[in-house]
Amino acid sequence: MSSPSSADNSTSLYEKRKAVYPKAVDGPFRRLKWGIMIVALAIYYITPWLRWDRGPYAPDQAVLVDLAHRRFYMFAIEIWPHEFYYVAGLLVMAGIGLFLVTSAVGRAWCGYACPQTVWTDLYQHVERWIDGDRNAQLRLDRAPWGPAKIVRRLFKWSVWLLIAVSTGGAWIFYFADAPTLAQDFVTGNAAPVAYSTVFVLTMTTFIFGGFMREQVCIYMCPWPRIQTAMLDEKSLLVTYKYWRGEPRTHGIKKSADDGALKTGDCIDCLQCVSVCPTGIDIREGPQIGCITCALCIDACDKVMAQIGKPRGLIDYCTLDDAEIEKKGGQGTPLLKTIFRPRTLIYLGLWSSIGFAMLFSLGARTRLDLNVQHDRNPVYVQLSDGSIRNNYTVKVRNMEARPRDVELIVAGLPGAVVWTADTDRVEGRTTVDLRVAPDSIRKVRLFVAAPAKGAERSDFSITAKAKSGNEKGDTDEVVFERPEGSTGEGDEE
Amino acid sequence: MAKNVKDNGPRVDEPTGTEFVGHEWDGIEELNTPLPRWWLLTFYATIIWAIGYTIMFPAWPMISAATAGVTGWTSRGQLEAEMKAQTAKRAPVLAAISATPIEALPAQPQLMSAAVEGGKAAFKVNCVQCHGSGAAGSKGYPNLNDDDWLWGGDMKSLEYTITHGIRNPDHAETRVSQMPAFDGVLSPAEISAVVAHVRTISGQRKGDALSQQGAALFATNCAVCHGPEGKGGRAVGAPNLTDGIWLYGGDADTITETIKKSRQGVMPRWGHKLDTATIKMLAAYVHSLGGGEATPAPQEVAVSNVQPK
Repeated sequence: MSSPSSADNSTSLYEKRKAVYPKAVDGPFRRLKWGIMIVALAIYYITPWLRWDRGPYAPDQAVLVDLAHRRFYMFAIEIWPHEFYYVAGLLVMAGIGLFLVTSAVGRAWCGYACPQTVWTDLYQHVERWIDGDRNAQLRLDRAPWGPAKIVRRLFKWSVWLLIAVSTGGAWIFYFADAPTLAQDFVTGNAAPVAYSTVFVLTMTTFIFGGFMREQVCIYMCPWPRIQTAMLDEKSLLVTYKYWRGEPRTHGIKKSADDGALKTGDCIDCLQCVSVCPTGIDIREGPQIGCITCALCIDACDKVMAQIGKPRGLIDYCTLDDAEIEKKGGQGTPLLKTIFRPRTLIYLGLWSSIGFAMLFSLGARTRLDLNVQHDRNPVYVQLSDGSIRNNYTVKVRNMEARPRDVELIVAGLPGAVVWTADTDRVEGRTTVDLRVAPDSIRKVRLFVAAPAKGAERSDFSITAKAKSGNEKGDTDEVVFERPEGSTGEGDEE
Repeated sequence: MAKNVKDNGPRVDEPTGTEFVGHEWDGIEELNTPLPRWWLLTFYATIIWAIGYTIMFPAWPMISAATAGVTGWTSRGQLEAEMKAQTAKRAPVLAAISATPIEALPAQPQLMSAAVEGGKAAFKVNCVQCHGSGAAGSKGYPNLNDDDWLWGGDMKSLEYTITHGIRNPDHAETRVSQMPAFDGVLSPAEISAVVAHVRTISGQRKGDALSQQGAALFATNCAVCHGPEGKGGRAVGAPNLTDGIWLYGGDADTITETIKKSRQGVMPRWGHKLDTATIKMLAAYVHSLGGGEATPAPQEVAVSNVQPK
């Protein structure tokens, strides 16, 4: 990265950023980047405004991370805190997905989809729209500060700030009802954390997209370093095919050299360098600064078309293919490069985790029972001679409607069941409960049984919804009696 | 590794054009790559932040205390403010509990559950010393989880018991029951006959000649408080002798000792130590433990010697 002149001013311990003025370019990869940018930004800005009807007891926002109430809504899926493993599963999928993408198409995440890339790209478009293309930007940068430059700079920064504010602003809508929050935010009634979040994200967007840019990728982000370890000789890289391009024919008229001088296809026009958003020269080979955005491919293809050479002097190419092509062979077809054992294993892993999660999402029960035997005291002697055990029962109604639930005690001979709200009626082994929508009802269940019996008797408590055909949830629990209760009545 | 020795300077790494520092570990050498300038600026920013922080908040240690900081913030002050906010948040609930007659509490489920939770906390502070952390009691200290009550297990009776205590000599309204010590009044043989009778009516022993003899003695000496059938009486705090629950123990030796020496358990009164809301919450908590009884009809209260507060 350092210029050869760095040895001359070796006294400097710190290096100023070398400004990059990427030139506008058009071509298939540029259009692909446009498409991905539009889709990515649209998903980010529009998602919180999508509605999803869940009835009167649950929010109608399609995607909502409701931290205050500890619920995560995503269209038809509702996740409770104890189901957080689904989120962990999504993270595992995201991890394996990155392995998959990296081993198949290299640093495609960096080049196309990373927010740093997308927003920097957006900021650079704004910059070109206000300051003009590369040369105009260079000129303006070198010009002394005057009214015209100040006005331009202020205008550019205002537009950047506007984008930054809406970026930070959109983030908070994922965590609360978007229309309400938008109103509260504008009228100054939103929570302080909303304002501080917007402020922090505004500043990071403004600074990272406007000024830090490629330095975030090169110095701050760990991902390029990890990817370096994950790429292999079969991964697609943006490659300058030096065996075809060298020696460069800068300033040499090919028609005049009569074949006496060996010339490559590269005419050293520096188009690949001037379009690069990270300011590198791809002809130096694979490097940490290359995010594989492929804009240099577009730029070079255009030049190759102008000088009547085949496209692809700079192209996606694997290290293996590079060796083959160097010897004059034919590279591996693209599909064969992408679908190879390593990527198929990643794909298999990735999709099996996805299918397992989908299956368990479909099969999960929305009524959950949790029973805890009170330990202090373990049992209570009642005046009629029977023994009572207490259980703290939690019934989780994970549906967005109130439900009538029956608690059924089974397998304990002579048992009587009641709660603080119901009376003790001999022979009754069920208790009816109404559980509010999307909430947990905690009750203390009193279970009495005759004193004569095993010191520890196993029995079961089942929670069953009275409406609907959902199978209930059953917990196995223990009824405990005082020591020596198994024996017959002790005579004097 | 490509190296290039210049005539009069440090060696330079060819691919990057950067000088070597001169350090080497197992053939790995360090390049003198300059730090990016934004890194330095970030470092300066953190220094400025740190200086600002030490001005705003307590920081520099002096001889007896640290500098206070211009914001005047202290962790104790923060705790105090948070506690105050919590107290203020709880105040309306406590006021509502205080204003509600105790027998009306169960009809308001939200207030009742707040009272039970509050009572649970107050119980841990004031009551566990005798009744145990699970309110299961021990010998001489009643188990509050069961369904046997000396003085009544409805909310109002519980509130009265907690407010006025049991056998507080300095307090007129306190609950008092006096079982005489029968050592000397009855002969040891007579006492063992009474013990046999009591163990018979509580189903621990089969009736025989001894218990028959005890039954006659019971009728003349004990039935006045414990009732002719030994079922006790809450008006005088006399325990039911026919059930499965014994405050001091139901075996022959313990009953003998109880009859001989009597028992004079004391519970302190809390009316002058705790506010009315706390006492109500304690009653609600004890009531919720599993043995709570419904509030009796008014005329039952009228015949008892319980004085309305």
